[in-house]
Amino acid sequence: MRYHAPATFDEAIAIAAGASGVTRYLAGGTDVLVQLRAGMVTPDDLIDLKKIPGTHDITRLPDGGWRIGIAVSGAELGAHAELVADWPGVVEGMELVGSTQVQGRATLTGNLCNGSPAADSVPGLVAAGATVTIQGPNGTRELPVEQVPVKPGKTALEPGEIITAITLPARGKSAGDAYLRFIPRTEMDIAVVGCAVSLVLDGDKVTAARISLGAVAPTVLLVQDCADAIIGTTLDDAALDKLAAAASAAAKPISDKRGPKEFRVDVAGVLARRAAKIAYERAKA
Amino acid sequence: MSKIHVQATVNGDSVEFLADPRETLLDCLRDHLDLTGAKEGCGTGDCGACSVMLNGRLVSSCLVLGVEAEGAEISTIEGMADGNELHPLQRKFIEHAALQCGFCTPGFLVAAKALLEKNPDPSESEIRFWLAGNLCRCTGYDKIVRAVQDAAAEMRGAA
Repeated sequence: MRYHAPATFDEAIAIAAGASGVTRYLAGGTDVLVQLRAGMVTPDDLIDLKKIPGTHDITRLPDGGWRIGIAVSGAELGAHAELVADWPGVVEGMELVGSTQVQGRATLTGNLCNGSPAADSVPGLVAAGATVTIQGPNGTRELPVEQVPVKPGKTALEPGEIITAITLPARGKSAGDAYLRFIPRTEMDIAVVGCAVSLVLDGDKVTAARISLGAVAPTVLLVQDCADAIIGTTLDDAALDKLAAAASAAAKPISDKRGPKEFRVDVAGVLARRAAKIAYERAKA
Repeated sequence: MSKIHVQATVNGDSVEFLADPRETLLDCLRDHLDLTGAKEGCGTGDCGACSVMLNGRLVSSCLVLGVEAEGAEISTIEGMADGNELHPLQRKFIEHAALQCGFCTPGFLVAAKALLEKNPDPSESEIRFWLAGNLCRCTGYDKIVRAVQDAAAEMRGAA
């Protein structure tokens, strides 16, 4: 295995383009190193992206949005008070990934590129309307986060392409987000169901909403029916009932050791209801 | 397989070693630098026995490649005591008998020290949550939590 630590994304892409064998990119390494050890992947070329300037930065954009570097760890994300104030749901999703030790290394981009339908940081990004910047041999493109995973373990990235940053839109006033997951333990487990809600209020009324479900389909879902159930309402009981029903209807889970299908369908509704209430409270605060 | 020259700072000392790119930081600490305090429990980032500080962040050294440590500041359990003077956490672990076989202890100590630097007065649930990535298969968790609470109190000057 050859280890590369390029100084630019251009250089990283050139190394990947010139490689004939198996290539892996390395950021936090909390998935890649486990796969290496298990013998699941034996890269010929391992390209460490952490030495590229800017990859550790969290930057406020002129429009009020945020650019998050691909090597920013969960611990660094959680320590950024302004970002947490804008997007608490995005941050709380990431902070549920692994232990304190894993938080010291694991990244949003890595969690996304690992392609797990149960990835805890992805529903929050989807609900937020986050996008990724992708650079490859044919130039640069932007993609909404919900279009990055295409099936378990597989992303929409073409060979040689790299995500170079994640962008969160401007939060604006009277807006809030939240992420909840169900696990049978209190920490350090994989989501049985996850749900993120992001909404914007005008007075007491919901004017915009994005609701995302994790671990109930081959990829994290963005559910328009859930948004439609609460837009125009004050999130009263009738709206919450509709929201829960829409979430359960959108959930198409498998039964596995973490939970049976029927349970996941039901819990998707429960979590949507609870996450929406938290997001609403945060928007009012 | 060509080895890569790595230069880093470990417990305040400048060190250098030759790392095979496949070797983890844990392998390098133990096999090249003879710092065998950090243990390999699982090798997959689940047990916390290999906990070290890397550039001020608590990490599992089995999930870091040795070659990634170029230019890094690393602190291990070996740097915790000041000469013969044990760190309050080390003393309290002994006083509370917060160890049985001892394999997980270096990881618990490094992780607990990182917590107290961030939060000098953690609640019991904050301690348990922070240390959730450190596994003790002798199941001595209660004594470990008590030892951390007692050390924290002493370090705050309240003991």
